[in-house]
Amino acid sequence: MKMQAAPALFDSAIIRRAALDAVLKLDPRKLMRNPVIFVTEVVSILVTLLAIRDAAMDQSWGFQAGVAIWLWMTVLFATFAEAVAEGRGKARAASLRASRGETVARWIPNPDDLAITAPRNANALRRGDHVLVEAGEIIPSDGEVVQGIASINESAVTGESAPVIREAGGDRSAVTGGTLVVSDRIVVRITAEAGGTFLDRMIAMVEGASRQKTPNEIALDILLAGMTIIFLIAVVTLVGFASYSGSAPSVVVLSALLVTLIPTTIGGLLSAIGIAGMDRLVQFNVLATSGRAVEAAGDVDVLLLDKTGTITFGNRQAANFIAAPGVTMQEVAEAAVLASLADETPEGRSILVFARERHGIETPPMPADARPVPFTAQTRVSGMDLPTGSYRKGAVDSLAGAVKQEIPAELAAGIDRIARAGATPLAVARDGRILGAIELKDIVKPGIRERFVELRRMGIRTVMVTGDNRLTAAAIAAEAGVDDFIAEAKPQDKLDYIRGQQNEGRLVAMAGDGTNDAPALAQADVGLAMQTGTQAAREAGNMVDLDSDPTKLIEVVEIGKQLLITRGALTTFSIANDVAKYFAILPAIFVAQYPGLMALNVMGLTSPQSAILSAVIFNALIIVGLVPLALRGVAYAPVGAAALLRRNLLIYGLGGIVAPFIGIKIIDVLLTFIGVA
Amino acid sequence: MTLIGWAQIALVLGIALALAVPVGKWAAALAQGRLGPIAGLDRAVLRVAGVDPSRGQGWQAYLVAMLAFNAAGFVLLYLILRLQGVLPLNPQGFDGVPPFLAFNTAISFVTNTNWQAYSGEAAMSHFSQMAGLTVQNFLSAGTGIALAFAVMRAFAAGGVQQLGNFWADLTRVTLWLLLPIAIVAGFAFIAMGVPQTLEASVTATTLSGAEQIIPLGPVGFQLAIKHLGTNGGGFFGVNSLHPFEGPTALATSLQIILQTVIPFGLCLTFGRIVGDMRQGRALLFVMAGFILVATLAIYAAESSGNPIHQAAGVGSMLGNMEGKDVRFGQALAALFSATTTGASCGAVNAMLDSFTPLGGMVPLFLIQLGEIVPGGVGSGLYGMLIFALLSVFVAGLMVGRTPEYLGKKVQAREVKLAMLAVLVLPAVILGLASIALVIPMGVASLQDAGPHGLSEMLYAYTSAAGNNGSAFGGLTADTPWLDTTLGLAMMLGRFAYLIPVLAIAGSLAAKPRAPEGPGTLPTHGPLFIGLLAGVILILGGLQYLPALALGPIAEHFAMLAGTTF
Repeated sequence: MKMQAAPALFDSAIIRRAALDAVLKLDPRKLMRNPVIFVTEVVSILVTLLAIRDAAMDQSWGFQAGVAIWLWMTVLFATFAEAVAEGRGKARAASLRASRGETVARWIPNPDDLAITAPRNANALRRGDHVLVEAGEIIPSDGEVVQGIASINESAVTGESAPVIREAGGDRSAVTGGTLVVSDRIVVRITAEAGGTFLDRMIAMVEGASRQKTPNEIALDILLAGMTIIFLIAVVTLVGFASYSGSAPSVVVLSALLVTLIPTTIGGLLSAIGIAGMDRLVQFNVLATSGRAVEAAGDVDVLLLDKTGTITFGNRQAANFIAAPGVTMQEVAEAAVLASLADETPEGRSILVFARERHGIETPPMPADARPVPFTAQTRVSGMDLPTGSYRKGAVDSLAGAVKQEIPAELAAGIDRIARAGATPLAVARDGRILGAIELKDIVKPGIRERFVELRRMGIRTVMVTGDNRLTAAAIAAEAGVDDFIAEAKPQDKLDYIRGQQNEGRLVAMAGDGTNDAPALAQADVGLAMQTGTQAAREAGNMVDLDSDPTKLIEVVEIGKQLLITRGALTTFSIANDVAKYFAILPAIFVAQYPGLMALNVMGLTSPQSAILSAVIFNALIIVGLVPLALRGVAYAPVGAAALLRRNLLIYGLGGIVAPFIGIKIIDVLLTFIGVA
Repeated sequence: MTLIGWAQIALVLGIALALAVPVGKWAAALAQGRLGPIAGLDRAVLRVAGVDPSRGQGWQAYLVAMLAFNAAGFVLLYLILRLQGVLPLNPQGFDGVPPFLAFNTAISFVTNTNWQAYSGEAAMSHFSQMAGLTVQNFLSAGTGIALAFAVMRAFAAGGVQQLGNFWADLTRVTLWLLLPIAIVAGFAFIAMGVPQTLEASVTATTLSGAEQIIPLGPVGFQLAIKHLGTNGGGFFGVNSLHPFEGPTALATSLQIILQTVIPFGLCLTFGRIVGDMRQGRALLFVMAGFILVATLAIYAAESSGNPIHQAAGVGSMLGNMEGKDVRFGQALAALFSATTTGASCGAVNAMLDSFTPLGGMVPLFLIQLGEIVPGGVGSGLYGMLIFALLSVFVAGLMVGRTPEYLGKKVQAREVKLAMLAVLVLPAVILGLASIALVIPMGVASLQDAGPHGLSEMLYAYTSAAGNNGSAFGGLTADTPWLDTTLGLAMMLGRFAYLIPVLAIAGSLAAKPRAPEGPGTLPTHGPLFIGLLAGVILILGGLQYLPALALGPIAEHFAMLAGTTF
């Protein structure tokens, strides 16, 4: 599959732009969306004003200014994280926008008379309009080929420059605005309103312009807001408790306590994580219509996979020869080769390849005096007549009928074995005598079985969908290691299966490309449509794979999971951090009143001021320190939930408790060393 | 600490846990309407009461029924207290209870708090004790368990609106769970020497020839439900420390067992109702674990004693015995104090005010955790489930799925409601205590200066909001300010908490129950138990650390340094 050239994690142009954006994002009206960081900003303003007041009144103000600066840094690091995440999308959007340009289309006012065309700006095209596009022209908008066939370079959207074929009728009729017709001419019926094309949606999506909070983000936001309120209560009421105790901690100190306790780390990184998750999909050449779809991918319980093209290579290949009694294998192989020499189908080619690789028979050049016998639906037999003999291969009963010969019992048994294993037997005959048979098999893609094992460990069931009969389907299902299969599947069967699973509370993902896949794609919780598919399929799914590789469904699920894991890990880390901050700040605030509380200063921080400042600085730096992790995502391994939880709890839970003790201590040592505190 | 002490703790806690098994099983049968031999009787009672148990209520209807019932109970109790002077069974000839105190006491008993700003033997007639307070002891406990049933059913069900019938739940819990155990336990207490009489008092002549009036009353059966229903309101002012309310170590042990058996048992009820005993056992592990650690902490703090006393040569070999009775000893005092505060009972068999600072902080902190380890009857379980939901929400993300608990997706609505519930306690406790500590009306009630005074006030509001009802002591609680604000705290702590809880139940009941798979977060293993304990400590406890630092923690270090206030 093709990967887009991804900007480096910290591309310098993106960083420069993000630094500027980070400042612009300080606008409180924008920050309101993020309760934790909004509270931090309000507190920053308050502390800044207090520092200015103290400076103006000739009181000592250095500490206040220090706290104010680092509170502002906390806010800025948070907005910076979001800006960096957006910046990567914006870079991609800019290149997409460049390819869109301004197109003037050849509009066909009357679809019945294609000869008359009029120039019309692409933006003015309506849904249902017809346009003519010829080689060298850009397709003005999304549409469906209604007439003709053309090869099209879709690199503008897919990044893949090898042209693809688009033709009227069938499942390859959709064309995308902004792509280039390389050969021939087609008539396209426009299916998108101006501004609503695939490319427009893609730009909006990667830019994050239409980004809405996903359900899970909303839930997490509520948790964080609730925690912020709890700590606000704890800090505000502390004024009363302190006053009773005969101490009056300053607003600056209480502000520092508040900001270090509220979950600024996850609050600051939350939206960056979400944007980066979408971005990872885009790097992977998959476009999701919403973040909600990406989250749903992480939740998927059942994967519905088409057999052809996903699990198997999609065409049957020769896998074995068997010989009739008294016939050598070499004879069978030679006859099979000569019978297939004129056969241009992939199956025919595979017989030649198999004979060469397994029986050492080099494919001979086509003899000049050969007379090919083509396959027809009536005879179901093909082959070649040579002066040295006539060679045939074909469906077993058809060929037996054609040569009017009973199949020897031993061979018949072998043929039966092939059929029962789900493969297709082809009989081979020379001069009217059946020599043996070829086993044609659906070849399961290498490595796919292992992927399914991984999926099972993740708790995801794989279901193979195929039009094959039960016997064939069962054999391939067993070989590929899927959990279940639907044989002789009609589109309605898929839809019913999905509904059934959903009624049992499971989430289903599927990939599809045809128009008759559309209802199932729409019904599935994650519907990955192929870029090469029909417009109907692309509209029905909530993701489009630009590489048209249905296997990617598996990666999509992993990216969804990774997104959720990253969020959970950083939330846990952020909450766990609080323990150390209490130990840093509480003794610092009250040590004057109750000297015994120094015993809580387990980190041995130099002075109350350095302790508070160190905690605030750590709290700010940890945000920027975790930006790479937020953007890259927490590493995901396909192990079971229990193992994942154990690992992540250890790293981010326990790590979250320990890390700030070390971090705050180091910062305190540095502050003491440079003599700030 | 002694080996005998450890053995006592292990034995009593072990018996409570063992008895929790049949109690949990029977409660599950009641919740599911499987009444076995008494099914006919139950049907007859409900028919007479006009209750059709098959008519389910949605969460709002269930809530309204519960609130209406509790409001009626409040009005009735308030009137009984105000009018006790003219009501029968008043051999002591007490006047009506004054309005502020009656308000406070009525709320206190309706909310299962049993905060007592009065001394029973000096203020309450037998009628008030029996028909007023004891009745509410049953009904507030029944209300809590009924609510827990509703919440449990919500987890077990899928795609339904109904949570059950409040009236049927309340009736069944009261008649078939609380009453039988209370009767048996009541007789046991009477056998141990607890009085059960309508006499007002006996007069005794002491050795020095003085005349002593010893109050009596119908103590035995009230004592049984006081512990069984985690109510805690004593017949006598000094509660189970009174020789007639806690005559022997055996009696105090039975009280410990009674006050924990239902909260522990309901975990197992939960396991049965959701069809996965492991889930219930995991919650039980967390609850029992907290109790065990807290007991050991109190025991250790108390047995190590007070260095100031030791330096002055007045220290006891046993450590700190102040406020404890030798007939119970430190170990049972520690276990009693941990369970009574952990279980939202609020009875006391030792005076917390006289504990060492850390020994007193542990019970305080147990209440602050939200009365969920194991918490009050019913309320402990649903409180614990709220924390389980929050734990699952945070940790569930870490396995890469939208978090699920027992197959129910935890989404924005549940998180919002859970946070609303979790917000109630810190807002009420810290808010009201902080105000009371700066206004003269509040400070005037304090007995002690310095950090110990802060602990007394903090404890009062914590106990009220947590619906615990135990008193730290040293606080003059019957003042208009404290009566009113503590009453408010009790009301908010009970009802403001359970409204979001019932709303969550409604939302969960409607959700389909997703099947469990290898990708599902396991919520029964040691990992989850540890996680849940951690989330309870961090989300439920950390916010009190600043206040505790200025109270018991400051006092502890001051004590070590020999400072007094």
